Amino acid sequence: MRLEPLIFEYSRPGRKAYSLPALDVPDASIDELIPAEYRRKTDADLPEVSEVDVVRHFTKLSQLNHGVDIGFYPLGSCTMKYNPKVNEEVANLPGFTELHPYMPEELVQGALKLMYDLQTYLAEIAGMDKICLQPAAGAHGELTGINIIRAYHRSRNDTKRTKILIPDSAHGTNPASGVLGGFTTVEVPSDSRGGVDIAALDKLMDDTVAGLMLTNPNTLGLFDENIQEIERIVHSRGGLLYYDGANANAIMGICRPGDMGFDVMHFNLHKTFSTPHGGGGPGSGPVGVKKHLIPFLPVPTVEFDGKRYYLDYDRPQTIGRMKSFYGNFLVMVKAYAYIRALGADGLKKVSEDAVLNANYLLRRIVGYYDLPYDRHCKHEFVVNPARIKKETGIHTMDISKRLLDYGVHPPTNYFPLIVDEALMIEPTETESKDTLDYFADALIAIAKEAYEDPEKLRGAPHTTVVGRLDEAGAARNPVLRWVREGSQAR
Amino acid sequence: MNYLPNTDKDRQEMLKTIGVKSIDELFADIPPALRMKRPLNLPAGMSEWELQKHMRELAAQNKNLTEYACFIGAGAYDHYVPAVVRHVLARSEFYTAYTPYQPEVSQAVLQSIFEYQTMICELTGMDAANASMYDGASAAAEAVTIAAGLTRRKVALVSRTVHPETRETIRTYAAGHEIDVKEIPMKGGITSVEDLKAMLGPEVACLVIQHPNFFGCLEPMREISGLAAAHGATLIASVNPLSLGILEPPGEYGAEIVVGEGQPLGNPLAFGGPYLGIFAVRNKYLRRMPGRLVGMTKDVRGQRGFVLTLQTREQHIRREKATSNICSNEALNALAAVVYLSWLGKEGLKELALLCAKKARYLRERIARIKGFEISFNAPVWNEFAVKCPVDPEKIVKSLLDRRILAGYPLGRAYPELKDHLLIAVTEKRTREEMDALVSGLEGLV
Ligand SMILES: Cc1ncc(COP(=O)(O)O)c(C=O)c1O
Repeated sequence: MRLEPLIFEYSRPGRKAYSLPALDVPDASIDELIPAEYRRKTDADLPEVSEVDVVRHFTKLSQLNHGVDIGFYPLGSCTMKYNPKVNEEVANLPGFTELHPYMPEELVQGALKLMYDLQTYLAEIAGMDKICLQPAAGAHGELTGINIIRAYHRSRNDTKRTKILIPDSAHGTNPASGVLGGFTTVEVPSDSRGGVDIAALDKLMDDTVAGLMLTNPNTLGLFDENIQEIERIVHSRGGLLYYDGANANAIMGICRPGDMGFDVMHFNLHKTFSTPHGGGGPGSGPVGVKKHLIPFLPVPTVEFDGKRYYLDYDRPQTIGRMKSFYGNFLVMVKAYAYIRALGADGLKKVSEDAVLNANYLLRRIVGYYDLPYDRHCKHEFVVNPARIKKETGIHTMDISKRLLDYGVHPPTNYFPLIVDEALMIEPTETESKDTLDYFADALIAIAKEAYEDPEKLRGAPHTTVVGRLDEAGAARNPVLRWVREGSQAR
Repeated sequence: MNYLPNTDKDRQEMLKTIGVKSIDELFADIPPALRMKRPLNLPAGMSEWELQKHMRELAAQNKNLTEYACFIGAGAYDHYVPAVVRHVLARSEFYTAYTPYQPEVSQAVLQSIFEYQTMICELTGMDAANASMYDGASAAAEAVTIAAGLTRRKVALVSRTVHPETRETIRTYAAGHEIDVKEIPMKGGITSVEDLKAMLGPEVACLVIQHPNFFGCLEPMREISGLAAAHGATLIASVNPLSLGILEPPGEYGAEIVVGEGQPLGNPLAFGGPYLGIFAVRNKYLRRMPGRLVGMTKDVRGQRGFVLTLQTREQHIRREKATSNICSNEALNALAAVVYLSWLGKEGLKELALLCAKKARYLRERIARIKGFEISFNAPVWNEFAVKCPVDPEKIVKSLLDRRILAGYPLGRAYPELKDHLLIAVTEKRTREEMDALVSGLEGLV
């Protein structure tokens, strides 16, 4: 494998890939079409390349990337499970891709039915009363939920509630969403078993708190044993409970956020429901609410009157829109297909095997790595190389980079923040015992290398097309675009 | 069907290693009262073939654009998506990867984003572009909150000619920040500059102007930009990226933040998503920018490579102090955009923009000559225009369905004052024959 030039570096004046239909209407001069004062004076400097240049460039480039289809990808909190191929195929049907969002509803009954049924399935899995599919990702769902919480309290003229409580183990999007939604956020510490510190929560929860955002199982992969007590404390003092469903892969068919008493939540279809991560997106972050919050859902909602499916814009208490149109429809198609393929039994088995795989991997490596909270985990767990670091000076980063030489993607590094040098490992249910054994053996081998040949770890990776990159330099001196030699960036 | 590789034998061995008798024991920390006592109420699972069949049936319950001539635009456009785009996107090295946290095994995603950032800068004339936002509307909304944060002012002026759903999204996002969103009235289908002058003041953080606007009309961006600058307000331009094959780059007329719906760049209409939000800024806003940014750097061997950079803006580092909460974005749609723009190239982009303009002009002139129809606004347009109809536009849309024509977007849905007006978009895919059929359909209604 070799590094690939930039597409711009293939450019040759006059070379073309595109083909456009011939002009079949009377010609017009550019001056007749767009007055000169509106026009650009110089062309955008896009590459001039042939079609085969485009194909080879992106094909060769693609070979420089790891993906779930290439190997193990135990990136904690991201649920990098296998993305079924049939879902890609069906989402490419023209009956789904070739639909304009403003087509008359009678022409798109299949799409609306799919959305309506997906809402129903997700509501059942969540134990919520209604689902809105509009949010484009988990964080977008969080902001939707936060806005709903704000609207709820305002509708009751309860304007004192300006704070959102968030455990210190939470994902960064939680506090960021709280603030983007107009709240100040207050951190709740974790207790010695990795759950919410009940005494601290008890102290913080007063009538200035709008709600608590909780991830459960949390980012340590631990189910909060005090969940009923948490619910009682927050609800009894007028707060609402937000459930970050990023970790729902552990609980499908086993327990439900709605039954735990949560008022509002989101799922990540690109995690739990197998839709691909796309190199960073698109995702989809449906939000579920209990009855008392239904009036505040974004518009439009998808409804069914017994005969036809339709979009309902007439919702006077809505928080408004979170984006244009109805959400990431093609992602919904894939998640819908996944749920239909698996059914209730299949989804429950997913969660069981996800938890089994995580616990197995945990037990295989414990002893070589330290386990800050020694409990059965759910779908993921967090270890750290505390002893290795103390005795060899080797960091999580070095271990992760060395894993690259073993052909696997490293776990999530340095998150959650409450564990020093965290390695957050989420194998998912779609990996076999053989893969888990290979990975465990690699981690164990690396733990030994840390003592025997620490330089090998510090210099890793050795087998990838690029070595460690100068990130500090990149941030100090940001080069965020290519500039043609001899030209000046405008 | 399931996608579980473990055999029962594997499971037994694993349970033994863990030291428990059953999988159920692993869930013992969940309070019994919260455990589900019944199976989920969902349809039974299916084989792959049954699923294919079911999905085809659902898809067949939709009429799709391969069967209709689509003149609906209104923020999402029926352009041709070349085969190369689908083929590159189908490479699972791209689509089964995630955010490139480990750059040594993510150079494909990183480099393609860097190429995307470069192309967006070229189109818009801005200094830096991020790796994508959710869509054009949420990009505009985040631009407003950022401009308000930077200027410490609390009023956002949004033209009434901005896409109605973008305006609604801006309002939703602004509500949490107590940003006062005021609408600039319109006149003759464009932003009323007179009203704008009266509304500008020291409390105005930003202006959001769409160009071409929701009605397809070109806005007097230079004049508006001068007014914004005179009052220290940030000009946020919302653009259609394909229009920039002909139109002046926003950076040249003084926009400081450029947002836009990136769907026209190689993304299918897909019933509204996934699309991508374009977000580009002047350097002054760089450290306030939401979302992922890729920078060029060197590796330990001295080779060129790419990394995520300026991450101290982002939620995973800064948490409550982050410039945005965005984490997952629309990377694969941005990849579609960069492949599409590579395919079009310098000449293709210009030619396509011109072709749309020529076709739109043809149809506009033909409709103008139908008795009873009038062009709504005199301002110059690019690929989309509004017409005043002698018949209820909702009725027009309905009755032309028989002819397999989607006639346009009835403006009364979002503008009560324009209930007689129909918004019509023309892409390179609309043939003269289809346009003539639309004209004869309209003639038949009066
Ligand atoms: C626990 C948790 N919450 C929220 C998010 C945000 O989800 P998204 O990236 O879809 O916005 C993530 C994503 O990684 C997560 O792990």
